[in-house]
Amino acid sequence: MKRVVITGRGSINALGHDVSETLRGFRHARAGIGPLKIRDLARLGIRIGAAVTDYREDAYFSRQELALFDRFTQFALLAANEAVSESGLAPEGRFDGALAERGGVILGTAGGGLGTQDDNFRAVYKDGKSRVHPLVVPRLMNNAAASHLSMRFNLKGPTYSVASACASSNHAMGQAFNLVRLGQSPVMLTGGAEAMLCFGGIKAWEGLRVLSPDACRPFSKDRNGMVLGEGAAVFVFEEFEHARARGARMLAEVVGFAMCADAGDIVSPRKEGAVRAMQGALRDAGLAPESVGYINAHGTGTRVNDRSESAAIHAVFGAHARHLAVSSTKSMHGHLIGATGAVELLACIMALDEGVIAPTVGYRVPDPECALDVVVNAAREAPVEVALSNAFAFGGLNAVLALRRV
Amino acid sequence: MSDEITQKIRAIIAAQALIEPDDLDDSASLETLGLDSLALLEVVFAIEEQFGISIPFNANDSAGQSFDTSSVGGMIEAFRGLIAKSA
Repeated sequence: MKRVVITGRGSINALGHDVSETLRGFRHARAGIGPLKIRDLARLGIRIGAAVTDYREDAYFSRQELALFDRFTQFALLAANEAVSESGLAPEGRFDGALAERGGVILGTAGGGLGTQDDNFRAVYKDGKSRVHPLVVPRLMNNAAASHLSMRFNLKGPTYSVASACASSNHAMGQAFNLVRLGQSPVMLTGGAEAMLCFGGIKAWEGLRVLSPDACRPFSKDRNGMVLGEGAAVFVFEEFEHARARGARMLAEVVGFAMCADAGDIVSPRKEGAVRAMQGALRDAGLAPESVGYINAHGTGTRVNDRSESAAIHAVFGAHARHLAVSSTKSMHGHLIGATGAVELLACIMALDEGVIAPTVGYRVPDPECALDVVVNAAREAPVEVALSNAFAFGGLNAVLALRRV
Repeated sequence: MSDEITQKIRAIIAAQALIEPDDLDDSASLETLGLDSLALLEVVFAIEEQFGISIPFNANDSAGQSFDTSSVGGMIEAFRGLIAKSA
């Protein structure tokens, strides 16, 4: 098996339009949550979100491109540009040779082009239009972002999208990790993109009554639900020897991945599934639980998730559970659903690479049911050797990645 | 007026529990009726639709639930209160 390192990262989310703005947000405990400005807001019960702000799509893309790029595709392309640029693998912006032939793209997204669907359903159902734009299908399809990345960067290897709700991007990155370590691809672009903050997207979530009307406060006793976010994060996963040979800067090593299903409930998470996923990732990495210094929790800020996840962490780590740092950065960038694990991987990399643990902001009251060393309200400086990134999705689908400092 | 509203609420809860409204015991808890959190969501939704009201229910509320969901009778009273308030 080959070793896999991360040599590039890119993102756009509520904390900023690139990685450095995002990391600054993490360091300064900034919540990117605020009032939404979307169409028909008055008909929504939930009017806050972690939206990408100060964003003008025509500043980044031409009119012809925008005819094909849903907002989630735009986010994926912007994040990928930054990631590829940092990696230095494609100086001209396009891969070539063996990298192009065998490199690919695996992205997670739950909603795909939901905004495009929303706009066009509105056009035909509400506005009575009898035709829609001819490119609606290629614009809304779930794999559109992955395909546009492959086209833009000339990557001709394994390319597809993964949909497993809130675990989509962790599943995607786990697949990319496996392809590189098995030697099937020397390099993969991977991560996730989501743009669900449209009227229909939020209206559907409202129905479940799990959204908070004011803030996302994971692990705080007074937490009252999740806050939806949007954006993307994309990484360059590269085979270790390839990266070393070219003297690339390695941000972190991906050392383990595990996925499993609860086979339980369609919305309520099961502790046992989370336990198996975390244990599986550690076993895959060949690491003892005591080596883990930081867990970027799934930490949605719902009563049920945070309680169940805390119990799972205690079950996996025993006495060490209180000696490892835990945070949920969803309190800052919101829950990006299919892209959330990707943005959260940035926090794991920051912990490993810079020794700074991103906080859980908005935390007010300790909860005995979440008795962990939660990093609250301010970033913490601490050396971290191994970090886990948890994702436990609706549908009982669990995916955990393990990263190690290089 | 109360009887008609109560009957409609009972019918909605009974339909979720897959039993006849007459078999619905006011002292029964949601659990004993086999109603989980998703079923409760559906009950709340059906009552909102039937009576044209909005019920401030968040599944994350811990203590001090916006209304009583501990028993069928408690829920009926809570729903009746919200319906009366909106009338």
